[in-house]
Amino acid sequence: MAKITLKNLAHSYLPNPSAEDDFALKEMTHDWRDGEAYALLGSSGCGKSTLLNIISGLLRPSHGRVLFDGRDVTDQATAERNIAQVFQFPVVYDTMTVRENLAFPLKNRGIAAAEIAERVQRVGRMIGMEATLNHKARGLTADAKQKISLGRGMVREDVNALLFDEPLTVIDPHMKWELRTQLKKLHQDFGHTMIYVTHDQTEALTFADRVVVMYDGRVVQIGTPQELFERPAHTFVGYFIGSPGMNLFDASIDGTKAQIAGTQFDLGTTYATNGGDTKIGVRPEYIRLAPKGLPARVTRVEDVGRHKIIRLELGGQEVSAIAGEGDTVPDGGTHVQFIEGGVNVYEDGWRVPSAKEKDAA
Amino acid sequence: MKTDNQKAWFLVLPVLVLVSFSAVIPLMTVVNYSVQDTFGNNVFFWAGLEWFDQMLRSERMWNALGRQLAFSSIILAIEVPLGVFVALNMPKKGVWASVCLVLMSLPLLIPWNVVGTIWQIFGRVDIGLLGYALDAIGIDYNYTQGFYAAWATVIVMDVWHWTSLVALLAYAGLQSIPDAYYQAAKIDQASRWAVFRYIELPKMLGVLMIAILLRFMDSFMIYTEPFVVTGGGPGNATTFLSIDLVKMALGQFDLGPAAAFSLMYFLVIMVISFVFYTVMTSLDKRDAK
Repeated sequence: MAKITLKNLAHSYLPNPSAEDDFALKEMTHDWRDGEAYALLGSSGCGKSTLLNIISGLLRPSHGRVLFDGRDVTDQATAERNIAQVFQFPVVYDTMTVRENLAFPLKNRGIAAAEIAERVQRVGRMIGMEATLNHKARGLTADAKQKISLGRGMVREDVNALLFDEPLTVIDPHMKWELRTQLKKLHQDFGHTMIYVTHDQTEALTFADRVVVMYDGRVVQIGTPQELFERPAHTFVGYFIGSPGMNLFDASIDGTKAQIAGTQFDLGTTYATNGGDTKIGVRPEYIRLAPKGLPARVTRVEDVGRHKIIRLELGGQEVSAIAGEGDTVPDGGTHVQFIEGGVNVYEDGWRVPSAKEKDAA
Repeated sequence: MKTDNQKAWFLVLPVLVLVSFSAVIPLMTVVNYSVQDTFGNNVFFWAGLEWFDQMLRSERMWNALGRQLAFSSIILAIEVPLGVFVALNMPKKGVWASVCLVLMSLPLLIPWNVVGTIWQIFGRVDIGLLGYALDAIGIDYNYTQGFYAAWATVIVMDVWHWTSLVALLAYAGLQSIPDAYYQAAKIDQASRWAVFRYIELPKMLGVLMIAILLRFMDSFMIYTEPFVVTGGGPGNATTFLSIDLVKMALGQFDLGPAAAFSLMYFLVIMVISFVFYTVMTSLDKRDAK
């Protein structure tokens, strides 16, 4: 187990990167705490897998250093870093039995046979394949194979970190839930540093202590699920996390007043904006229908069982709001208000802390 | 509405005609010769299984068969491991991968009699680069007289000509392995040997079986190249089955024994190919399971 430090890390697949766009991973400096479960969340092509492969050593970063517990491992090969990694598609050694597959990483490290047998048995139980331990891996289904890959990742106990690269893509939904629970339990029992790459927000939010949201080669926010929900640091986080995502309005801000689609309202505090492109972001949970406020028109109501999603049109833009299952929704024209505490101000994509928050900090 | 008629047979007819004229009728002619005897003037007498009996007792045929099996085994034992080794060391991508592929394909494109001629000249002690060089450093090399020199020449020639085929097939097998396998192996701290044994070899097995089958059949029927280089000599040292068969059928005009000989030859190739085929399909089934 180790603390992982990324120091001025950046990566480009081009030999001579000059512009910022040349970098698949923009410069970043972060500490990943020892023993925590992280989820690396972002859409495809945002650099998640690149970052993961740099941490595991499969890829050497073009700039910056990687440190494990303060020790520079940038030039160390994968095998020397003592990490486990599970890939998106199952990797099994076809000619071996399930048992031999699980024992393989231990055998290569010269661990005593008795201990191997015991650990393999335990991992076999964990992935629910105790009964098939003596079967050849070749004939198994894709999700059984992926369970073996997961098992091979979990069988070593002394690893510095356990890395998962969208490991549950090929697993069917029911088993997904179960395996995620197993991973979480493994984390509680052994306290490995875990990094779990995914583009599925549910997976990220249920698995991780902290979620690292990536966008366009950059880490835009590291935070607990609650922080990501309440105070998204970037408009991308707001709209990527949450179902439906955060509503974003073009707004002009002047002192404590804001103006959206020609209607002015009071923000209750000031924001130190610098004349950039300002937006206001409000999650659907913080928008309610009211007799006055911003004029809007209800276009559609979706009842998802535990609550209703109201789709509105406000100043030519679609807006979502969430209402209780029992609430009545008027047809056509109405007004909306923002619930206090749910308003975030963004300038050029990034969140601007309010004067109140600054005072508190 | 379903109408029942036999018109569909017409669709199969062209194939039947083609196969008859290209394979069945010539083969039947051979069968015909193998059970008859002639003293010329196109007059034939029924001979029954006499020729088969004679050929089975013929030391000449057994010797040729022995030489043939030895030749096929030796070239397989060299070409398969060497081809795999070459494939493992070829660049995986980039300009050099293409350059390698083109260079490796070149020997495969040369007509067989030209290959024979190239080596026939290459190995000559008076004007050939190889023969002259070997002679100059004091090695007694003369493929027209020495038994070992003749064998070494035909074997090296075949290795030069055909190793590329094995290498290209093995290379194709290697290219189909996703990167994740190698990455997982690194993470599992697998040795280079373990990567070969548990990842590369199993993935190459299918194409390697095809390579072995192709090389076996081709080498078992080899005629042109050794005929051009050694003419089957010195003595009968490199007289393989085909060379012997041609000598018998066209040199001595012993049509009956030659026909019996070729039928048995054909049978041996069929049986061995069938065994290969069975092994290969059972491998496929295991994979598909």
